Amino acid sequence: MTRTLQHPEPPLYTANEPKGFKTLKFDVWAFGTVVIAALIAMPIFWVVGLALNSSGDIWAHLVDTVLARLALTTVLLMAGVGFGTFVLGTGTAWLVTMCRFPGKRIFEWAMLIPMAVPAYVIAYVYTDLLEYSGPVQGLIRETFGFTNGSQYWFFEIRSLGGAITMMTLVLYPYVYLLARAAFLEQSICVLEASRTLGKGPWESFFKVALPLARPSIAVGVSLVMMETLNDFGTVDFFAVATFTAGIFDVWLNMNSPSGAAQLACMMLLFVIVLIALERYGRRKQKFHNTTTHNRALPGFKLSAPWAALAFLACAVPVALGFGVPAWVLGSYALNFYEETLAADFWTFTFNSLLLAGLAAAITIVLGVFLAYSLRLGQVRWINGVTRFAALGYAVPGAVLAIGILMYLGWLDNTIDGWARGHIGISTGLIFSGTVIAVTFGYVVRFLSLSFGSVESGLAKITANMDGAARTLGAGPMSTLKRIHLPMLKGSIMTAALLVFVDCMKELPMTVVLRPFNFETLATFVHQYASDELLPEAALAALAIVAAGIIPVVLLSITIAHARAGHTQHVDAAPQHIPTPVQEVSP
Amino acid sequence: MFQSVSTNRKPILLLSLLSIATALPLLLSPALGHAEDNVLNVYSYRQAFLIEPLLKAYEVKTGTKVQAVFANKGLLQRLQAEGQNSPADVVLTADVNQIAEFQDENLLQSITSPTLMTNIPPQYRDPGNMWTGLTMRARAIYAHKERVKPGEVTTYEDLAKPHMKGRVCTRSGKHPYNVSLLASMIAAKGEAAAQAWAEGVKSNLARRPQGNDRAQVKAIKEGECDVSLGNSYYFGKMLTNDKKPEEKEWAASVNIIFPNQDDRGTHVNVSAAAITKSAPHYDEAVKFLEFLSSDEAQAMYAAADFEYPLKDGVAVDPLVASWGTFKADDRNLSDIVAQHGNASKMMDTVGFDH
Repeated sequence: MTRTLQHPEPPLYTANEPKGFKTLKFDVWAFGTVVIAALIAMPIFWVVGLALNSSGDIWAHLVDTVLARLALTTVLLMAGVGFGTFVLGTGTAWLVTMCRFPGKRIFEWAMLIPMAVPAYVIAYVYTDLLEYSGPVQGLIRETFGFTNGSQYWFFEIRSLGGAITMMTLVLYPYVYLLARAAFLEQSICVLEASRTLGKGPWESFFKVALPLARPSIAVGVSLVMMETLNDFGTVDFFAVATFTAGIFDVWLNMNSPSGAAQLACMMLLFVIVLIALERYGRRKQKFHNTTTHNRALPGFKLSAPWAALAFLACAVPVALGFGVPAWVLGSYALNFYEETLAADFWTFTFNSLLLAGLAAAITIVLGVFLAYSLRLGQVRWINGVTRFAALGYAVPGAVLAIGILMYLGWLDNTIDGWARGHIGISTGLIFSGTVIAVTFGYVVRFLSLSFGSVESGLAKITANMDGAARTLGAGPMSTLKRIHLPMLKGSIMTAALLVFVDCMKELPMTVVLRPFNFETLATFVHQYASDELLPEAALAALAIVAAGIIPVVLLSITIAHARAGHTQHVDAAPQHIPTPVQEVSP
Repeated sequence: MFQSVSTNRKPILLLSLLSIATALPLLLSPALGHAEDNVLNVYSYRQAFLIEPLLKAYEVKTGTKVQAVFANKGLLQRLQAEGQNSPADVVLTADVNQIAEFQDENLLQSITSPTLMTNIPPQYRDPGNMWTGLTMRARAIYAHKERVKPGEVTTYEDLAKPHMKGRVCTRSGKHPYNVSLLASMIAAKGEAAAQAWAEGVKSNLARRPQGNDRAQVKAIKEGECDVSLGNSYYFGKMLTNDKKPEEKEWAASVNIIFPNQDDRGTHVNVSAAAITKSAPHYDEAVKFLEFLSSDEAQAMYAAADFEYPLKDGVAVDPLVASWGTFKADDRNLSDIVAQHGNASKMMDTVGFDH
C-alpha cells in the first residue's frame, strides 16, 4: 500500500511505444472518448445555447427579491444533506465492514434499501404522519389535553430541516455503498500496520481508513449533493425555496425557459467549482494497494454496549428510511390496490424495468470505456471533455429534458430536411418521442454515476498492474479485460445498481420525453402524487421500492464476494501467516 | 482470482443483450404509428386519470385511435422542438395561462368550428379562436362553520383585513392558482392595490404557505386556521372521498364561499384546449374539440371532476348545484393572462411564501 506523494506516473499507454509513433496511429480510445463525450454533452450544449437568449428583466427582479434567499437555502440544504449522508453513510459502512455485532450480516445489504424509496414519496409519508393534523401530533394533543398548536412545541416537518432529514434518509446509501466498497478494497494489512504502530481503532479509522477511502466517499457525497441540488419534488412539497424551485418558477410562472436555463447554467458552474475544489484538495495523492495480500476482514468484536449502539446506528436509518414508508405505503395499498391494478400495472412495471435495465447496461459500457480511456491518459484534454460529458447529473432533470428535446428535434428535422431535399421522402421524427429518447435521457443524466464509480474503482488499482500486464505484451484492451474488469466487478455492479435504481425513480425526463400512451411506475405514481393523492398509487410506489431491493441484495452479495481474499477456503491458510507489506511503487 | 471472476461477466452481457432484444420492437413502434390515418394525438397538461375516460369515450364513439402524452411541464418545449414534424394535434391545459403560452410561441392555429362557438360562451374563448375553454372552476374561500361568523368574509379583500389576523391558510403564493387570482386583482384594481392586498393576506397567514388546497381545509378542521383559498372542485372531491373518509370530515367542517358577489364576481379559471399549428389531423382535432364541448363530454367532466361545464344547459353535478349559483368575474380571461408574469413577480416582491 502506498500513498504516493508528488510522483506523477508516466502515461501508461506510451510505456512501450517509441515516441512519435503514436501520433500516426488511429487511436480508438481517444476517438471513442471524443465521440461519446460529444454525444452525451450535446443536450447540455443546447441548454447553454438556450441560456444565451435574452430573458428580459428577470435577473434584475430575481436579484432584487429572491435570489440571495434561494442561494442561501440551497447551500444550507446541500451542506446539511452532504454532512448527514457523510456521517450516516461512512459511519455505518465502517461499522458493517469492520466490526462484529448482532445483525451485521443483514445490515450489510439492508443499509442500502432506503435508496429505492423516491424522496418525494418519503416526504409525503412523513408529512402525513408528522404534520399538525397528522396522527402523531393528534395523539400528543389527545394525551395531554392540548387544544391547539400554541400550547406545545413540535417541529415543522415542511421546513428546510425536514427536507434535509428526508433527503438524508434516502440518499445516505449512495455514500454507504461507495464507502463500503472502498473499505472492502483496503488491505487489512494497512490497518494492522496502523494498529501495530500503536494506533487505536478510532485513530486507525480517522488517520488511515478514512483518508484512503476519500476518493470514493467524495464521489458518494458529490453524487448526493447533486441529487439534492436537483430535487424538485421534495422541496416543492415542503415549500422550501431552493435554486431548482427558482428555476421552475422562472420557467413556468414567468414564462421564461431561457431565464430558467441561465439559472441552471449558474448552478452547473457552482457544481463544477465544487468538484474541482475537491479534486484540487487531493491533487497530489494517489490511493492504491500495492500489496496482493488480502484476506477476510476479521472484524473488531464489539463489547455488549458498543454492539448495541452499533446495532441502533444501523437499524434506525433503515427503519426510518425504509420501514416506516413501506409500512405506510403498504397500508395505503391495502385500501387502493384496485385503482393501481385496474390501470395497466404490469405493463408499467415492464416498461420501468426495461428502461432502467437498458440504461444501466449502456451507462456501464460507456462509463468503463471513458474511465479507462482516461486512465490510459493518452491525450491531456480528454480529461476535460470526459468530465464535461458527465455533468448531466448536475442539471435538473426537467431542464436537461428540454436540452434533449431541442437536440433530438433538431437532429430529426435536419435528417428529415435532408431526406426531403435529396430523396424526396419525409423521414418524420426518428428519435423524438421514442423509447430511444427516454433511454438517451437516462444515459446523459446518469452516466456520471457509472463513470464516477468506475473511475474511483480504477484509481484504487495500482499502475504497477498495468505496467506488469503491458510488459508481458498485453494491449490496453486485453489488460482491461483480463486485469481491470475482474478487479472492478464491485465498482461496476455498484454503478449498475445506482443507475438502475435512479432510472426506476426518474420522473421529469420520462414524463416529457416518453412516447404516446407510455407509462412507467414512476409516471403513474406521479400523476397522483402531484395532486397529493399518493395513496391511490401506493401499490405502484411500493413496486418501485421492491424493484430496487432486488438488485440491492444481488449487489451486496457480489460486493462481499468480489473482495479479494474473501473466499473462505482460500484465505484460511494465509490468515495465520503474517506477510510483509511490499512496497513496489515508484 | 482473475479467471474465477471473469467468467461471471457473461450474465451481465447476456442480460444487456436480452434487454436490447426486448426493446427493439418498442423502439420501432413510434415509426410505425405514423402510418396510421385514423389517429388523433394529444399532448395534455391535465392529469391522465381525469382525461383518459374522455379519450376512451371518444374512441368508442368514433373509432378513432386517441394517443396521449401526459406531463405537468415541458410539452410546449417538446412541441416547439419537434417543429413541423410533430405528431401532436391537440393540446389540453389545466389553466388559461398555460394555453396562452402556446399562443405566444405561435404554436397554435385557429379553430374553425361553428359548433364550438355556439357551445362555449365568448368570454371563455380566445377572441381570435386560437384556443377554447372547456370547463370552469372558481377560486373559492373555505370558512369554518362556527369560527367564521356569517358575513365576516364575503370578498377576497376581507382576507387582507385586520380582523383576519392569524386566521388564513393557503398554498404557495407562487402556485398558478394563486398567481392567477393575484393577476385578476391587478387587472381589476391596479398594481398598487393588488400588492397591498397580497401583503395584507401575507400578514394574516396562520402558517407559512404549504400543501395543496385540500391540506388547507384539513388545517381548518384541525384548528390551525379559520379560512383558506381553494378551488371549488376540491369541495366535491373531499365530500365524496369514500376511500379516505377523513376528507369528508375536513370538508364537513367548512362552508364554501363564492367571494365578491356584490361587485366584480368570483375569480374563475378554465381548463383549455387548442389545435397545434402542425397538426397532422386537423379535421379530426376539430371533431375532438367539438366532442369535448358537447353535452355528453361536458356532463362527464361535471360528474368526474366537480367542475362547471361551460356549455349552456348542461347540468352541473347535483352536489355542486347544492352549493348554489354564483356570479363569476366576467372579465375576458386574456386580460388576466396578460398580468400573470407581473403577478408572479409581485408574489416574490412581497415575499409571500417566506
